[in-house]
Amino acid sequence: MSVHSSIPRVDAVAKVTGQAKYTADLVPPNALYAKIVHATITNGLVKRIDGAQAQQVPGFVKLVTCFDAPKTLFPTPGHPWSVEKAHQDVCDRRLLDERVRLYGDNIAVVIARTPLAAAKAARLVRVEYEEYPPLLSPRQALLPGAGALHAQKPDNLLARSSFTVGEGTYADAVASEPDCVELVRTYDTQTVQHCHLELAQSMAYMEGDRIVVVSSTQIPHIIRRIIGQALSLPLGKIRVVKPYIGGGFGNKQDALVEPLAAWLTTLVGGRCVFLELTREETFTATRVRHAISFDIRALVRRDGTLVARKLTAYSSQGGYASHGHSIVANSAAVFKQLYHDQRVLEADALTVYTSLPTGGAMRGYGIPQIDFAAECMADDLCRMIGMDPVDFRLRNCTPEGYVDPHTGITFHSYGMRECLLKGREAFGWDEKRRAFQHQTGPKRRGVGMANFIYKTGVHPISLETAAARLTLNQDGSVMLQSGATEIGQGADTVLTQMAAEALGLSPERVHIVSTQDTDFTPFDLGAYASRQTYISGMAVKRAAEALRRRILDYAAGLLGREAQSLDIRGDAVVDASSGETLRSMTDLAMEAQYSLQNAAHLSAEYTYHCKDNTFSSGACFAQVEVDIPLCKVKIERILIVHDSGRLINPQLAAAQAHGGVSMGVGYALYEEMLFDGKGKPLNDNLLDYKLPTSMDSPDVETLFVELDDPTGPYGNKALGEPPAIPPAPAIRNAVLHATGVAVDSLPLSPQKLYEHFVKAGLMRDIAKEVDA
Amino acid sequence: MYNTLNMTVNGQPVCVAVEEGEALLDTLRDRLGLTSVKRGCEVGECGACTVLIDGRAVDSCLYLSLWAEGRSVLTVEGLRTDTGELTPLQQAFVDEAAVQCGFCTPGIIMSAVELLESGRTYTRDELRKLISGHLCRCTGYENILNALERVVGKR
Repeated sequence: MSVHSSIPRVDAVAKVTGQAKYTADLVPPNALYAKIVHATITNGLVKRIDGAQAQQVPGFVKLVTCFDAPKTLFPTPGHPWSVEKAHQDVCDRRLLDERVRLYGDNIAVVIARTPLAAAKAARLVRVEYEEYPPLLSPRQALLPGAGALHAQKPDNLLARSSFTVGEGTYADAVASEPDCVELVRTYDTQTVQHCHLELAQSMAYMEGDRIVVVSSTQIPHIIRRIIGQALSLPLGKIRVVKPYIGGGFGNKQDALVEPLAAWLTTLVGGRCVFLELTREETFTATRVRHAISFDIRALVRRDGTLVARKLTAYSSQGGYASHGHSIVANSAAVFKQLYHDQRVLEADALTVYTSLPTGGAMRGYGIPQIDFAAECMADDLCRMIGMDPVDFRLRNCTPEGYVDPHTGITFHSYGMRECLLKGREAFGWDEKRRAFQHQTGPKRRGVGMANFIYKTGVHPISLETAAARLTLNQDGSVMLQSGATEIGQGADTVLTQMAAEALGLSPERVHIVSTQDTDFTPFDLGAYASRQTYISGMAVKRAAEALRRRILDYAAGLLGREAQSLDIRGDAVVDASSGETLRSMTDLAMEAQYSLQNAAHLSAEYTYHCKDNTFSSGACFAQVEVDIPLCKVKIERILIVHDSGRLINPQLAAAQAHGGVSMGVGYALYEEMLFDGKGKPLNDNLLDYKLPTSMDSPDVETLFVELDDPTGPYGNKALGEPPAIPPAPAIRNAVLHATGVAVDSLPLSPQKLYEHFVKAGLMRDIAKEVDA
Repeated sequence: MYNTLNMTVNGQPVCVAVEEGEALLDTLRDRLGLTSVKRGCEVGECGACTVLIDGRAVDSCLYLSLWAEGRSVLTVEGLRTDTGELTPLQQAFVDEAAVQCGFCTPGIIMSAVELLESGRTYTRDELRKLISGHLCRCTGYENILNALERVVGKR
């Protein structure tokens, strides 16, 4: 079998030898370099830009300012474009804008002959502003008279959506169930950044009247459309090339610098312009994960039955719409899907413009945030009624056969309960819960867990389509082209495996083209929503099945046999019943290519338009040791159990889980973008922003419940994003178990734990004593 | 102002004109085409630009090119044999699926070469500490540590 086996990554050798080429590795020697001039205020207006000093820098080529930029407003998120106007992405961004909406907003660009000259000149650009007060939280931005960040949204409310599932209202449920226990709490998540190791960057040049953009992107075909919208150019004039990329995690599911780079080359006669952001710029001027604040009310019976819930979610969008409301709408949807309420759920979600870095897609798309809130809620309810957290979930979690009442998404292969049970058993949950009860002393242990649910791809909210092309080489091997992008997750490898499986060839005989080039790569939407193995994989499988039929038809003619009596096995055409080799693939391919009588160049292409979806699920179990005087949390053990269907490559699946859990650990304990009172970033670098290092990332135990999902190729469903979802609430719940302290926000930093421990009487208020 | 810099790169003598304030990262990438040396932060925080200078792992973004005068620089491009075979270290990264996006990989491999050249073996905890100057956002470091253990680990 080529699938369900751990073949080595097809790109591993290129990457360990340094041969793999990323965008910056392709910049030609004569390129020009662009440097963005960023606003040094948080909210306001550019009044004047003076480039006199900048022009004196040797190597200076050009200064372009917001006053030169087209007035065109364009969208940036990596969504398929909706052909229905009501569902189209918000167009609120210009290439450069005099209206400053966040600290570091793009207001001008210097082009120079070297990166150093560009940077020097950019620093010398003088800017005069009119400054307004910054709007640093959704609740503040919604206040009457706050002032609009975008004229189209006078109250800063980008969008609001609400729904009710069940009968009556939450208030009715409270009134009619007097014996219930009610939880009323606010859970807050913080702003974090993707921190892909490769910086955001693009280069652009012209060939005749066409613009070529080489970019580190997850979504080459979508980027092409956005560049066309931004520059008001027909899409046929634009070509986007995506080489290897150094991580994306959703940040590069957005037009970051591509439209700007494309515009700049047109201003210098089509010469190549390379625009690479620094780490500091990548932090503030690309995208971040939305900080969302969740007001939750939950009503539970003393037997553990969840009766009713009410959710109000405030999402801090930052300065521009980007993915906008779809993130917090996804949060609300998962709040609905993860638990079943006996009576009613009311949910209300608001996305509010704020003068902070723009929120976009980041691994989990609103679900790490809501999973923190929902799973804190679950454990806080358990404490109120004295129930075991796993028992609570088994009683109230998404039921088998679940169908989402709004989208119709069906839980086709249901492994949620099995994940909970398997995790409980493998972790020794029950024994540990008992063993760590009633601890005293400065160091205390605890275990906690969290559950999650995650859909696969975006149907039916958006279009799901993917195409693949296969061509038979003269040596009997096959070229595979897919619009799906390799971003480190292993897409190239699993697509290779699926093509090989469907063709009957060994994986070594399938050569995948890793680069996407919109001039010749079949259309695909790209890497997001954990969709590619499921959606693009099906396109590859069907294209491979079509090529297999063509090869066998050709072989049938050649051998004078019925095609149905033939098969491809062991890289040869064989007799389907006896297995006898009739013609090697190499001989057959050479014959097909060069035959004087009947040359046939065998290829196949397939477009898969997916109109289904399915849920993935799983659970994370964590054991921590909390050092109360030091306010530090040490993860002693962490287990994640996934219900992601059949695994195409078990070794890469586990690797995906390791990385996701590491990201979840950072979310739980270390990572947070901090801003001063004026909205200026305080830790926009990798020294002060605490990414987990090898000292902080625990070894991860991974388990998989492998149920065959009938809707995915070879039984697979989402795995890319899920591992990053449940670690944070599992760790928070473990700290709760260890100390009795229910922290209500992320991250669980020493400073925050100190405040909580003092309040809980676990330690003295040393700060106060020192002050006194 | 350009200066002439003489050094050995991947075993070959090299003479190259560099600017005074130029970082070795830029000289290696832009003037010598050694693009395995990656730019991730330019301030010594991420380790993606690590190369060996006279056998010692150094962040090339923080190292002025002129300091390399007369020294020997090794990058991942210099590891492969002429017949194209991978070193056991590189092979361990392939076998253990220690590579994802691949951007941090060359730098970590160079730090690992330094460890290998020490002739010592290391516990997993020692290895954790020794590579903690390299940031990786994809792997959670687990398979990287597995790969390192195969080559320089204590059994």
